[in-house]
Amino acid sequence: MPRDSADEAAGRWRSPASHAFGQHIGLILALAILLLAIVIFSVMFTIQQQRLPGNFEVTSTVNNTMPLAIAAIGQTIVVLTRGIDLSVGGMVDLTNALAAILLRPNLGNQLAVSAIIIVVGAAGGLINGLLVGLGRLQPIVVTLATLSIYQGLAIRVLPQPGGAVPPGYTGFLVNPNAPTALVFLLIAIVLWLGLRRTRLGVDIFAIGADEQAAIALGVRAVRTKIIAYTLAGALYAVAGLFLAATATAGDATTGDSYTLTSIVAIVLGGVSFFGGRGSAIGAIAGAFIITMIVNILFFAKINPLYQAFYEGLFLVIAVVLGALIGRLVRARR
Amino acid sequence: MSERAAAAATGVAAVAAQTLNKAFGGVQALRAASFAANAGEVHALVGENGAGKSTLIKILGGRFPPDSGTILLDGEPVRFSGPADATRRGIGTVFQELTLLPWLTVAENLLFGREPRTAAGLIRRASLPQDAEALLDDLGISHIDPRALAAEISLSERQIVEIARVITKKPRILLLDEPTSSLVEREVAWLFERIRELRALGTAIVFTSHRWNEITSIADRITIYRNGSEAGTFTEIEEGEAITLMTGRRVDALYPKLPPLLAGAKDMLALEGAALPGTAAANGQHAAELSFHLRAGEILGIGGLAGQGHRELFLGLFGAPPLARGKIAVGGKHLRIHRPSDAINAGLGIALVPEDRKTEGLLLPLSVRYNLTLPILRRISRAGVIRTPIEARMSRDIIAALGVRTPSAAQRVGALSGGNQQKVLVGRWLLAESRILLLYDVTRGVDVATRHEIYDLIMRLAGEGRAILFYSSDTEELAHLCHRVLVLRDGRVAAELVPPALTAEAVVSASMRQARAA
Repeated sequence: MPRDSADEAAGRWRSPASHAFGQHIGLILALAILLLAIVIFSVMFTIQQQRLPGNFEVTSTVNNTMPLAIAAIGQTIVVLTRGIDLSVGGMVDLTNALAAILLRPNLGNQLAVSAIIIVVGAAGGLINGLLVGLGRLQPIVVTLATLSIYQGLAIRVLPQPGGAVPPGYTGFLVNPNAPTALVFLLIAIVLWLGLRRTRLGVDIFAIGADEQAAIALGVRAVRTKIIAYTLAGALYAVAGLFLAATATAGDATTGDSYTLTSIVAIVLGGVSFFGGRGSAIGAIAGAFIITMIVNILFFAKINPLYQAFYEGLFLVIAVVLGALIGRLVRARR
Repeated sequence: MSERAAAAATGVAAVAAQTLNKAFGGVQALRAASFAANAGEVHALVGENGAGKSTLIKILGGRFPPDSGTILLDGEPVRFSGPADATRRGIGTVFQELTLLPWLTVAENLLFGREPRTAAGLIRRASLPQDAEALLDDLGISHIDPRALAAEISLSERQIVEIARVITKKPRILLLDEPTSSLVEREVAWLFERIRELRALGTAIVFTSHRWNEITSIADRITIYRNGSEAGTFTEIEEGEAITLMTGRRVDALYPKLPPLLAGAKDMLALEGAALPGTAAANGQHAAELSFHLRAGEILGIGGLAGQGHRELFLGLFGAPPLARGKIAVGGKHLRIHRPSDAINAGLGIALVPEDRKTEGLLLPLSVRYNLTLPILRRISRAGVIRTPIEARMSRDIIAALGVRTPSAAQRVGALSGGNQQKVLVGRWLLAESRILLLYDVTRGVDVATRHEIYDLIMRLAGEGRAILFYSSDTEELAHLCHRVLVLRDGRVAAELVPPALTAEAVVSASMRQARAA
């Protein structure tokens, strides 16, 4: 069946660029919103400070966003399988608390403790994955339950805020003098692009798109889900380490907010809640959008009491705009 | 001589099934079913809907294991651990439910599980489109864009990509479950060309189809299935003989007498120029349109094979969702039905009793009374408050009138048997005073005794002057419970049957005849 004039007229064959644009519209929109937020922030900053944002502003923005950006990558992986992970907050709490009491100012300790904490995160994720995959339970119920469990464990580990993160550790992960943490994000993006090119990566997208079809194609859905949740747990642990490094001390409750913000970040980043569509790069952009909104509110001199109100308002506007533009682009094709 | 050729020469089937049993819930899909196909032959598997063909193909394709029985490959018993295992052993399956992943591109779908890799073992995503294009070109397909998402291409294109994915893996046993159901003629011709090539290479090809001329044009042997087991295998068989084997038993006395159709009964429901979604007509490939009139007291049957848009027709007349095209007139008055409430309130009242009563009709955790009075709450309320004594009396009356076997009106509907659930649904629409009833496969999964009560109920409803549109996956029911049957094929009326020409065989035969080119 050759391509005929009717096919040409229907415009079914389009340029690779046109396909790429349509298939990555969520990511493109996320980057556009981020750019817009950066421009608004820069204008407000320049008006008030009589100078452009400099090294300090960039560094603090990057460092403050790192834990959320990493946690959002984990959430992306789970949501791509058509799941959801509410246990992020508890996992960040627990790993952050462990970091605060275990880290010591020598390199050997820091390497070993970091590795142990990542394994703890992976184990927490594995429990979620086993319950969702083997137990065939609703992800939202399973992770709501484990959220509380991990929060409880965190309080047990560190009943009062405290502990101390060695300055060398902080300097390495979130250097306060330069945005070197961007290197870690670059590594994360490279690893993500690599994951997209492995069997596991393809299978994660496949079961999210249509689990029954994927099974018929020989995808081992249960195993893939378990690995996805485990991978996500390890990433939440990395987020917990970054949070400890940024705060230079531990607190068993500061991680709680990551459950909701990681979900907001992936929504802003164009990841579909119906599974099978989305990118960790979008999720990272979503995390930065959230930080930029907070920054903008600060410079707009919003009463901190109303900060949550305006944060919510901006999020609704961003999500509605994103959905409208996305629908428009798809409708025109 | 290759091992495979040797096996064929000694008469060992490439793939065989012996005494397979498989049940889903309470339904026995296969009972002691047998089957055998040889290398280098095209073997057609035919039978009515629900005869067990798809179940057999899914078991042979490793989609799920049989409850008992043996699968043999070249005479060796095998057990598949899953579809991937079956694929490794050289079985390629095109399942009836397509397995393309909607948010992956055509190229990603086509090469799923065998993507080109770099030296480091990573998938070369950038070269997927070219590789896919080359594969499609080899098969003579150049009208499908490998960079498009599977969700963006048409149903027939998806079917072709699905077939292409399987045959490019060069299976030695190829299973095709209704591969032609969504293809137009030039695409069917393309598929048959590929099948002949594979047959020449020694592939064993099993395929199911409801189109008799397709079967005779390409099949070397035909196996007929009925009620979950083999009813015979033939190298040559007449269509009529095959149909008798497929439909089986004659069951005249089991059906009640139809109420007489009054001359001059007025039109209650008229449909003009509807295009059914999912059919060739809706895709604009034929200009087929569906029109009919339904009169008071008439039971009009709608026949035809699965996938001909019956479900869409019944749901469409009820506005759930509405038909894309077509004019509806109720009691001679044209009106638009956008949603179920429009249908329920339309002049004479249109009511749907759907096949999947569990998800579309009844609220299972709630009481019989709640389910009965849901659509008429406004009528039995005063100032927004339901007058419970009236509600209780109405429910009691209808339960008695229809013989619903339930301890009380407060009983959870989910606790009733299927047939009694069905009566509750009918009762609901009687309370709503609906004069036009759309009965969609109402006896599916209903036990024999209750089934006959439902038959009698249908006759009574028609006798009282209601108009009934009736669909059943059981052709015997169509033949015996209807004044008239319209057989749908490709979205149009292929035949209109009235007694004495109205028989189950005639319905099946009219369903299967190849649609003439438009």
